[in-house]
Amino acid sequence: MDRGRRSVLTGTGGAAVLGLAFAAGLLRPGSARAEAWNKAAFETRSLNDAVKALGGAPPTQSAEITLSSPDIAENGAVVPFTITSKLPKTESIALLVEKNPNILAANFQIPEGTEPWINTRIKMGQTSNVYALVKADGKYYYASKEVKVTLGGCGG
Amino acid sequence: MSDPMKIRATMVGDKVEVKVLMSHEMETGQRKDAKGATIPAWFIQNVSATCNGKTVLSAQWGPAVSKNPFLSFRFSGGKPGDKVVIAWTDNHEDKRTDEVTIA
Repeated sequence: MDRGRRSVLTGTGGAAVLGLAFAAGLLRPGSARAEAWNKAAFETRSLNDAVKALGGAPPTQSAEITLSSPDIAENGAVVPFTITSKLPKTESIALLVEKNPNILAANFQIPEGTEPWINTRIKMGQTSNVYALVKADGKYYYASKEVKVTLGGCGG
Repeated sequence: MSDPMKIRATMVGDKVEVKVLMSHEMETGQRKDAKGATIPAWFIQNVSATCNGKTVLSAQWGPAVSKNPFLSFRFSGGKPGDKVVIAWTDNHEDKRTDEVTIA
């Protein structure tokens, strides 16, 4: 273990250390190989945990992100979402459903030259808050919206 | 293995709008069959889109993406006649690549 990392470990509290080590461990393979599927992030259950697993600090709410979808989804198996980010230097757009078994549904990397605009369809188990999580210029921002589901799409 | 994707790439102003419809079960791993046994998860994990060798979109998906996933995005730098290539890999390491010419 190198010295810089050890000073970080001794200088912070126990929980923060775990979080940091976690983020550091995940960031390296992620940046080296874009193809690797971020299993830890897809196993999280809250917005803050998901962001932590993606390697970021807790996100702030932003009015520059637009999350549009039907207010009431008749069929939870297919709920269309459109996300637009007006934040400069948008790097990624993720879609998270709070009450699904795992919160993270999809994470899109937006390279330069691609519009920060995504349209896709996801499953929702029940009525829930949905988050659009945007990474812009290294920081995470989100917008949320409640979508009512009359027929769930995750169970049998 | 799996059916080809339906891809459409059209010019919208100076940008290319791509619409993709993939054919995949996207099984969540939450459902049970008639005997009560859990149906194992089977879903697309990685998606990538390239145009003229440049990545224009990449994505990581969980099982919460709908069955037969639909995706639409727009990028600049493409022109009619260029090829857009879409590829996915699922959690069984099954792969599929399809391409379309920008109209």
